[in-house]
Amino acid sequence: MKFDIIIAGVGGQGVLSIGAIISASAMRAGLRAMQSEVHGMSQRGGAVLAHLRLADREIFSPTIAHGQADLILGLEPLETLRYLEYLSPSGTLITASEPLKNIPDYPDIDDVLWGILRHPRGHVLDATRIARDAGSVKAANVVMVGAATDFLPIEDVTIRSAIADAFASKGERVVEVNLRAYDAGRSALRHREVVDEFETFAVT
Amino acid sequence: MTDEVLSTEALMLLGDEAVALGALHAGITAAYAYPGTPATEILEALQRNGGARANWCANEKTAYEAALGMSMAGKRALVSMKHVGLNVAADPFINSAVVAPVGGLVLAVADDPGMHSSQNEQDSRFYADFARVPCLEPANAQEAYDMTREAFEVSERFRVPVVLRLVTRLAHQRSGVEAQHRKDENALNTRRDRADWVLLPSFARRRWQKRLQQQKDIRGWAEMSPHNELTLNENFRDMGVITTGIAQSYFLDVTRELGLTPSHLHIGAYPIPATLIRDLADHVPEILVIEEGYPYVERMLRGILPPLTTIRGRQSGDLPEAGELNQELVWSAFGLQPPRGTAATISIPERPPRLCDGCPHIDAYNALNDALRSYEAPVVTSDIGCYTLGALPPYNVGDSCVCMGASIGMGKGAADAGAGPVVAVIGDSTFLHSGVTPLMDAAAANTDMTVLILDNDVVAMTGTQPTVLPPNRIPEIVRGIGVDPEHCHVFESHPRRVGELTQLLRREIAHRGLSVVIVHRECIEALKKDKKARRES
Repeated sequence: MKFDIIIAGVGGQGVLSIGAIISASAMRAGLRAMQSEVHGMSQRGGAVLAHLRLADREIFSPTIAHGQADLILGLEPLETLRYLEYLSPSGTLITASEPLKNIPDYPDIDDVLWGILRHPRGHVLDATRIARDAGSVKAANVVMVGAATDFLPIEDVTIRSAIADAFASKGERVVEVNLRAYDAGRSALRHREVVDEFETFAVT
Repeated sequence: MTDEVLSTEALMLLGDEAVALGALHAGITAAYAYPGTPATEILEALQRNGGARANWCANEKTAYEAALGMSMAGKRALVSMKHVGLNVAADPFINSAVVAPVGGLVLAVADDPGMHSSQNEQDSRFYADFARVPCLEPANAQEAYDMTREAFEVSERFRVPVVLRLVTRLAHQRSGVEAQHRKDENALNTRRDRADWVLLPSFARRRWQKRLQQQKDIRGWAEMSPHNELTLNENFRDMGVITTGIAQSYFLDVTRELGLTPSHLHIGAYPIPATLIRDLADHVPEILVIEEGYPYVERMLRGILPPLTTIRGRQSGDLPEAGELNQELVWSAFGLQPPRGTAATISIPERPPRLCDGCPHIDAYNALNDALRSYEAPVVTSDIGCYTLGALPPYNVGDSCVCMGASIGMGKGAADAGAGPVVAVIGDSTFLHSGVTPLMDAAAANTDMTVLILDNDVVAMTGTQPTVLPPNRIPEIVRGIGVDPEHCHVFESHPRRVGELTQLLRREIAHRGLSVVIVHRECIEALKKDKKARRES
C-alpha cells in the first residue's frame, strides 16, 4: 500500500503544519512517512508545495512523480490547480475555496473553481468560514485535514490524537478549536453541504 | 530531540535535523554556522536542543575557523553552511586539509540543485576532491544521522576534515530516524604541535606530503566502506547503474515500479571507489550514472579518450545537466515513457515570492525610486537577502545581485567606470557578513557612491535569525572605517516618513563622494514572531 499526497498553498498558510499532522498520524498508524518540504525564499508569499508519501513499505524518493498522487490537498484553489499534473487517474482533489490574490494576473476565480469541480473527484470547501465558525480562521488548514480524512489510510481517532498533541503546548482552548475545525471539515465534505453551493454555481 | 523520545520510537526528522542530532550524539562540543537555505535548520536544531554550544557567526569563513580552532584544542566541532557559503569559507577549508585536525572536524555543506533559494547549483563534491579530503553523501535522513556520526570517527582516524554533502531534497526531507546513544565530549588537547599547525612553507610542504601519502589509505577506506555497495546481477548484463547519494532514491523507486534489477553500484563515500567501478565495468558494456548535482562521477569515468564502456548520464544528455533529478527523469534515462498526469486546462500564472505586507524594505524602495527618478542612468547594485525580491515588480530595484557583499564592491567598480549615480543596496546581516571590507575600499578612495544599508535587525530571508552584532553597532563600524560622519546617517523608517527619506537620499546621492544611509526598522516577520513568543510566555 502507498498513499501519495501533494499539499499545496501559499507561504504562511500552514502547508508544512498539515504535513506534520498527517505524517505524525501515519507513523502512529504504523505506516512509514516521508515529506519533502519547501523552506527559504518561496515561503515569502510564494507558491509552497509539500510532497507527503505514506506507505506500509520502504519509501525511497522524497518527491512524487507526475500522475502518481492519490490526493491533492490545497489550501488555495489556484495552487491546487497548479499541481494537477501530479494527480493519478484515480486520485482525489480537495481545495479550500478562498483565493489568495497576491499576484496581478490571478485568473477569474470561477474558472479556477470550475477547473477543480469539473474533475470527477474534485471537492471545494469554504475552509475559512468553517474555521471561523469553529472558533478561529487560523484553523483553516486543520479544516482541510478533516476534509481529507475519509480518503487517508489512517483512522479518524489517530488523526484526532495527533492534532491534540500538535497543539497541546498552546493550551486547551487551541486544542479544542482545532479539533472542532477538524470535525467540521470532515463533516462538510461528507455532507457536501458547502460543495453543493459551488456545484450549483458551476453548472449555471 | 530528547533522549527519552529516542528510546521509544523513530523520530520524524528533517535531513538537517538528523545531521544536528548525529553531531550531538557524536559528542560535539560546539557547532558554528551562518544561516543559508537549505542548511539553516542544522544549527537551529542544535540551538533548540541546547546540548552543544551552537553559534551563529559573522560568515562561513569565521564559522569554519572557529570549528578548526576547536579541533586543534582536541574537541569535536561541526560547521554547517550552504554551498555558496563554502566559497566564502574556501580559504580555511582548503588549508585545514593541510594541517592535522585533532578533534573530529566535520563540514556539513548543503547544495541547492534546482536553485530553490540560491544563485547557482555548484557541487561541493568538487571541493572535497580539491582539498583531498573524504566526503560522505547521505541518501536519506537516517543516513544523514549515521554518516554524521561516522564522519567524526573518520576525521579523527585520518586527522583530516570530512565533508558531509547534502542537497536540498535531503536537507528538507522529513522521515523516520533511529538514533543511537550519545557519546561523551573529547578531552581538551593541551599538546602544541607547531609542525602540524603553522603553515610556514617548510612545515606546509611536509604536511602536504603526508596528506598525499595518506590518500592510498583514504581510498582504501572508501573502497571498503559499506556506503559503497556493488550488487552484480548475473542475469542482467546489458547495462549497469551507478547512483550517488539521494539519486539512489529515484533509482530504487523506478526500478521497483518497473521490476528491473540491473547491476548497481551505489556511492555514498568518496574518494570514488575505483575498484568497485572497474568490477562493474567488467560486468556490463554500458553504465548509466545517476547523480544529483554536476556530472562529477560521470566525468571521472569518461575522461577524454573514447572509453571502453559506454557512459551515460548528465554530461551525455541522457539526464539533464542542470536542475534536480526526479523519478520521471530516471524513467526517461531507462528509455521509457514516464508516467504522466493531466495538467489544468487554464493557464496558471506564476506566484513568485514577494516582500511581505508591512515589510520595511517597501518604504525604502519607494523612497529610493523617487530619489532616482530625475537621473537618466542610475546604477543600483543589490545584494543577497529578502530585499533582492525588490528586483521584481512593482519596485524593480537592483541592476545586479551576485554574491554576499558584492553590492558595495561592484558599486565601487561601476562608480570608478564613471557610471552613475551609483547606489549599493545591502542588508544589515549581509553587510556584517561581507560588506565591511568592500566599504573599506570605498572609504579609502572616497568613491562617489551611496550605500543604503537596510537594517531590519535580523537575518530575515532564512527565518529571522539574530544578526551577529546588535544593530546599533553598524553606524559605529561605518564611521570607524572612516566614512565622513557628515555623510553617514541613521534613519528610523516609517511609512509616514517616506518623503523625508526621499529628501535625504536625494541629498546624499547628489553628494560627490561616499555616503552611507542606514535605514532602520524591524522586520515585520520578526516582529510577529516576537509578539507571538510574548503572548505564549
